[in-house]
Amino acid sequence: MNSFRVGLFLAIRQIRRNNFWTTLLIVFIMTLTFLNLVFVTGILVGLVEGSSYAYRTQYSGDVLISDLPEKSFIQHSSTLLSMVSQFPEVEAYTSRYLAPAVIEANYRNLVRPSDVPDQVSAMITGIDPSHEDQVTRLSTLVIEGEYLNPTDEGYVLIGSDLLKQYSRGPGTGEGTLENVAVGDRVRILLGNFQKEVRVKGIVKSKIQEVSMRVYFVDSELRKLLGRNDYNVDEIALKLYPGQSPQKVVQALTNQEQDKNALIRDWEQSQGTFFTDIKTTFTMLGNSIGAVALAVAAITIFIVIFINAVTRKKFIGILKGIGISGAAIEISYVMQSFFYALVGSTIGTTILYGFLEPFFRKNPINFPFSDGILSAPWEGTVVRVLVLLLTTLVAGYLPARMIVKKNTLDSILGR
Amino acid sequence: MIIAKSLNKIYKNGTLENHVLKDIDVEIQKGEFVAIIGKSGAGKSTLLYQLSLLDHPSSGEIIIDDVAIQKLSSTERTFFRLTNLGYVFQDYALLPELTAAENIMVPLLMQGYSRSKAHSNALKALMDVDLAGKDNSLPSQLSGGEKQRVAIARAIAHSPKILFADEPTANLDSKTSETVLDTFKKLHKDGQTIVMITHESDYAKKAQRIITIDDGKIVKRGKK
Ligand SMILES: Nc1ncnc2c1ncn2[C@@H]1O[C@H](COP(=O)(O)OP(=O)(O)OP(=O)(O)O)[C@@H](O)[C@H]1O
Ligand SMILES: [Mg+2]
Repeated sequence: MNSFRVGLFLAIRQIRRNNFWTTLLIVFIMTLTFLNLVFVTGILVGLVEGSSYAYRTQYSGDVLISDLPEKSFIQHSSTLLSMVSQFPEVEAYTSRYLAPAVIEANYRNLVRPSDVPDQVSAMITGIDPSHEDQVTRLSTLVIEGEYLNPTDEGYVLIGSDLLKQYSRGPGTGEGTLENVAVGDRVRILLGNFQKEVRVKGIVKSKIQEVSMRVYFVDSELRKLLGRNDYNVDEIALKLYPGQSPQKVVQALTNQEQDKNALIRDWEQSQGTFFTDIKTTFTMLGNSIGAVALAVAAITIFIVIFINAVTRKKFIGILKGIGISGAAIEISYVMQSFFYALVGSTIGTTILYGFLEPFFRKNPINFPFSDGILSAPWEGTVVRVLVLLLTTLVAGYLPARMIVKKNTLDSILGR
Repeated sequence: MIIAKSLNKIYKNGTLENHVLKDIDVEIQKGEFVAIIGKSGAGKSTLLYQLSLLDHPSSGEIIIDDVAIQKLSSTERTFFRLTNLGYVFQDYALLPELTAAENIMVPLLMQGYSRSKAHSNALKALMDVDLAGKDNSLPSQLSGGEKQRVAIARAIAHSPKILFADEPTANLDSKTSETVLDTFKKLHKDGQTIVMITHESDYAKKAQRIITIDDGKIVKRGKK
């Protein structure tokens, strides 16, 4: 107990009367280490999370209801839709008709039989423009031309990944249409019949479920498909903030709607792919973080070691006049604890005050995702604790090494 | 109060043996002011380190106030030094980042004194060495003589049974040395037991008794 008091007494004064620039440098190193610890993992995981977030906000909503594997539409769609519209948790919902089709661009210029038609296959999607916009803000993804009006006929929105000029990188250029712009006509080949439509706008997204579709107004597609039963293929629900998607899924399952459709929350609907890379990236980030941690531990070790070695004489004198070794060790452990604590406090402030909001506003433009900085509180707290613990050990060891030395030898500088 | 019986100290360096203290017997009474003198290399410091528990003799016995020192564990020795002994070193040995008062407070806090009690004791000790008002000065802001008197204040603040000093005036000019020695005399008058090493026989005369050492043996004991 007295050792602790004396340790604290000595530590406070050593820190306070230490050279300002030395202290600043150590704190700076600790801050960088802490940021390194959260940043690398955070960016890697944020990459996946950015993608997952876009999937949720641009496509699946919080709950995605789709065809059962063996069925070609959601049975009793109208009943299901009127049911979800009654749910107090549901802020908005949208339903989509889906049909695989072939889009053809250059059919007018095909003269000789040897000319290759410019075709891609795509999912034709019928949407209620205003409902869809409430759930996925699809209109904001229109980068050229205009969004659909409910009364539009013969107009479509086309996904950017179906067009050569927007295709991302080599490889994805395959299976795209050339020279299709807003206002151009394309032909839709749907089963036995075909229809010529005009491109009203281009939808750009990094989610393929959005960027590789062609959008019709639902009433027109319904007629084309002959879906007079109003059965749809996809329903996306947007819940009020804070509402649990799992609860809504459960409620629908309780109503036996799972017999008519596949009902999944946004996370399940993404499959295991995202969670798998997220796990991989977290592991990768943690190993890089471990290196950073080792560097920080060594830095603290060296700082305290040099400090203790240069003060070996004073340590000897303290022991000589009867101060316990524990008190002296505590004084050094507290100093390194202080550096780590200040470093991680500054680091946390920078992280949540600047970095996290910055990357949320200005995501990193990766080809497959808009990367954000993922820094969940629990992870940060764990990292702060790990850093503190490491520095405690790194501060204790050198102090102990010097304190262990023979008292008289230390005093006499032998 | 201190009884040392047939103390031997042998330094071993590989096969070389350096027999520094040879069968020394000393007795120092409570309230005595003893000066140890002798040539350089005679073994004065070595003797003081043994008597003051900073080192372990190769053989022999030390008894302080009926406590047989060699039976103490290392922690007990440290605690014994803290509570019963006071030290003044040649080069002041003050912690540079602590003020005069704080330097004196450290051992007091270690003994469990409250903060305010430790502080008031420190101020009183500073007064005893004529340094009232210097409590907030850092060692770097004090002169050599002042530093040494702060060191003395630290050594006496907890009223130790014995005060040990190894050439406390070696780094000081003669005038400053006088003030330090006067401080010792004053403490002695108040009943403090003091064991002091010195080079200068003039300074030794301030003591009550002089022990002369040569080549690891006591060659003369007795009054000045
Ligand atoms: N650690 C050691 N190893 C070997 N020999 C030592 C050691 N410490 C001291 N000695 C030797 O012991 C002898 C006595 O040394 P000591 O320091 O006690 O002398 P002293 O009387 O205090 O001298 P001075 O007046 O110069 O301080 C010297 O010959 C010294 O070389
Ligand atoms: Mg000496």
